[in-house]
Amino acid sequence: MLHLGSLQQKQPGATSGTTVHDWPQRFAELAAAAHDERLKRFYAAGAVAGDTPLSAVPLMALDVETTGLDPVRDGIVSIGLVPMRLDRILASQSRHWILKPRTALGEESVTIHGITDSQVDTAPDLIEILDEVLQHMAGHVLVVHCSAIERQFLNGALRPRIGEKIEFPVIDTMELEARLHRKKRLGLFARLFGHKQRSIRLAASRSRYGLPRYRPHHALTDALASAELLQAQIAHRFSPEAPVSALWS
Amino acid sequence: MQDEQLEILDFLRRYPPFQELPEETLHVVAQSVDVRYFKAGARILEFGEEALAWYVVRSGAVEVFRRNGTLYNRLTEGGYFGEFGLLHRKQVRFPAAALEDTLVYLIPEPVFTDLFENNEQFADLVEVEDRTRLRQVVSRREDANQLMSATVDVLISREPVMLGRGSTAMDAARCMTDEGVSSLLIVDEPDAASSTPSMVGIITDRDIRVRLVSQGLNYDTPVTDIMSSELVWVEHNQLVFEAMLQMLRNNVHHLPVLKNHRPIGVVALSDIIRYESRNSLFVVSSIFRQHSVDELAALTADVHACFARMVTEDASSRMIGSAMAVIGRSFKQRLLELAEEHLGPPPVPYCFLALGSMARQEQLIVTDQDNALVLDNSFDPARHDDYFKSLAAFVSDGLARCGYTYCTGGVMATNAKWRQPLREWERYFTDWIEKPTPESLLNSGIFFDLDGVWGKTEWIDGLRRLISRKAKGNSRFLACMARNALLRTPPLGFFKDFVVESDGRHSRAINLKRRGTAPLADLIRVHSLAVGSVALNSFERLRDIIEADILPRGRGQDLHDALEFVSMVRIRNQAGDLAVGNEPDNSIEPESLSDFERKSLRDAFLILSNAQKYLKFRYQPGRSA
Repeated sequence: MLHLGSLQQKQPGATSGTTVHDWPQRFAELAAAAHDERLKRFYAAGAVAGDTPLSAVPLMALDVETTGLDPVRDGIVSIGLVPMRLDRILASQSRHWILKPRTALGEESVTIHGITDSQVDTAPDLIEILDEVLQHMAGHVLVVHCSAIERQFLNGALRPRIGEKIEFPVIDTMELEARLHRKKRLGLFARLFGHKQRSIRLAASRSRYGLPRYRPHHALTDALASAELLQAQIAHRFSPEAPVSALWS
Repeated sequence: MQDEQLEILDFLRRYPPFQELPEETLHVVAQSVDVRYFKAGARILEFGEEALAWYVVRSGAVEVFRRNGTLYNRLTEGGYFGEFGLLHRKQVRFPAAALEDTLVYLIPEPVFTDLFENNEQFADLVEVEDRTRLRQVVSRREDANQLMSATVDVLISREPVMLGRGSTAMDAARCMTDEGVSSLLIVDEPDAASSTPSMVGIITDRDIRVRLVSQGLNYDTPVTDIMSSELVWVEHNQLVFEAMLQMLRNNVHHLPVLKNHRPIGVVALSDIIRYESRNSLFVVSSIFRQHSVDELAALTADVHACFARMVTEDASSRMIGSAMAVIGRSFKQRLLELAEEHLGPPPVPYCFLALGSMARQEQLIVTDQDNALVLDNSFDPARHDDYFKSLAAFVSDGLARCGYTYCTGGVMATNAKWRQPLREWERYFTDWIEKPTPESLLNSGIFFDLDGVWGKTEWIDGLRRLISRKAKGNSRFLACMARNALLRTPPLGFFKDFVVESDGRHSRAINLKRRGTAPLADLIRVHSLAVGSVALNSFERLRDIIEADILPRGRGQDLHDALEFVSMVRIRNQAGDLAVGNEPDNSIEPESLSDFERKSLRDAFLILSNAQKYLKFRYQPGRSA
């Protein structure tokens, strides 16, 4: 995923609307309200209760790569999913889709995610694989680094296709880092003396936990990177018995 | 189907043992990987839990422990662990913990097993860790046995006290009193600190008593008149045990210790006694107190007891091998003394030879007598051979009575072919080396391990130098020797209660000498001839070989460990036979081995097998050595 300075400065969660506390209840409502059958099935699969201990939560790391920075104009070119539990990242069950976006690939974005026109030309539209993607996500709490962007792009892609948007519980690894490093703004003296705020970008966050450097901007690699980061964050800062509601939004 | 994680694939591609895998296999492996993060200090594997995966360290550091909690190995990026558990009953054998924050890649058991079974190169590389384990087995035993495997230099507590050759007996006595020592080294130039003082003699308390006072000599007598000038010394890196045997052999109580030809100290018998058990020492000295073959033959039980005691005391194979060789030597020497008493003095000078394991100081209790006679060049068969024929027969029969069976190959001094004047022996060796054929060398290989036991032993040093000079760099000769060294191969391994042979056959038992120590010694001999080493003992030869740097890195140490381990299994097996009253032999049944011994033996055979492949490659006919 592209992580840009302007977006990082936003408070995580600010774009996701009101915080949901009771996801099973919310999913029941959404299942009833959804028109699209695929979406209906996704919600009907349910969500874990907020008091479920982390060790028992089925998780799914997600990353999307896009043609550009504007969630309205730009489209999704790839989606990566990596299922995980607290004690195991099931990289062996990773899934990756390359999609044909409605807008053409910008030269700039090709150099970032490395997906080329010829790959995209033969790729399906999101609508063709939507059911498959949703089936993989169903029943899982999603794990994303900077969830605001994923939410915006997914909704930006779904609205013109099925006329609905999607909601689901997410653990945002960037927000977990922000809790640690962005509790308070740096004081005047700190800023005067050149102290910088610690970066909460994916690579910088990973290096704090001794995680290796991965080449960014491949949906599958970024999803794996977020999955590893979450394992590290929990290993250092949370009990496996902590309720999932302490992390998700 | 799954989609590919490129980071995982790229990582595996960078490290052995994955590097060597074919591309399709690499993709299969990469797609099977799961991932887990461990915080520093977290336990990764517990002993006895089900082994489900093979672990590869992606980042961070991991410590692997023995069951008793001691550190076994420390791994970083690219390191792997957990294979023992996967290969043995699918239970974790070596617990592991994260030393730093660590990310591990997990390769599921079926994928690992498949790789291990179907990819020889991969299995060999993973086996490398097995070799480190053998190293640890051997070094742990060596540690436990530090006193007995100590080298002479640990006994040295001070610089040697030296005195110029111009001094008087009184100077010497004063100097010894002032310095509080019981011996002095007499040197040529004591003042030239920069140049190496040349040692001309040694003087001890006893010399002052025996050679000066009791002779009524004047205190002004030059030290050179009362010193011992026939110097016997040890090298600083010889075993304490060898120093002790040196003293016994020469009947001296003080030995200068040399390093780079320079005396660095003196060890006294009393120093050694503090270090050594007196067991084998007693056997050796009692051999020299016997007055007949019957009496000597009666010592066999003591020899066996001494052997068993050393095994119990956890002596290394080198200790036991050299103790048994010295005992065997002593029997020969005493038998020769008795023979000369019986037959009268020899008509011409001669040297009695030890060959094979006795010469290499790798003798055990089950051994045949390989010996030969080198006669003075003035030897005239018509006039002298009756004497030497009788002498050879006396020694050979005597040795047989003492438990050293006749050599089935006829390599004995009783055989006229091996009872020849020195010049003839020089011709033998020259022919063997300069006109080699695998056939001619097949029966003469044993002569390349030769040591003088009695008489003109200096001739043998000359023969050894001749061999070293002619053999080094002689690629045709080395190729023939190498070919013969490959005739005896190790078995593949063990399965339940039978041995798997290289051709897939099963046998009930395995001869550890024929299939293990002998081919190892053969192989080491070829390398040692190639580098011009004059050492006899296989471990010493290995040291020279490692120093000459002709083996791939680490392989010399592997061979050392393999030889030590196979020898020890052989030794313990013989001691076990003795304990229950069976006739000891060299063969071992797989069911009598512990799991651990089976596994380690398999490692050792693998090392031997790889070393044989390398030998074959290195000494191909026509390749310049």
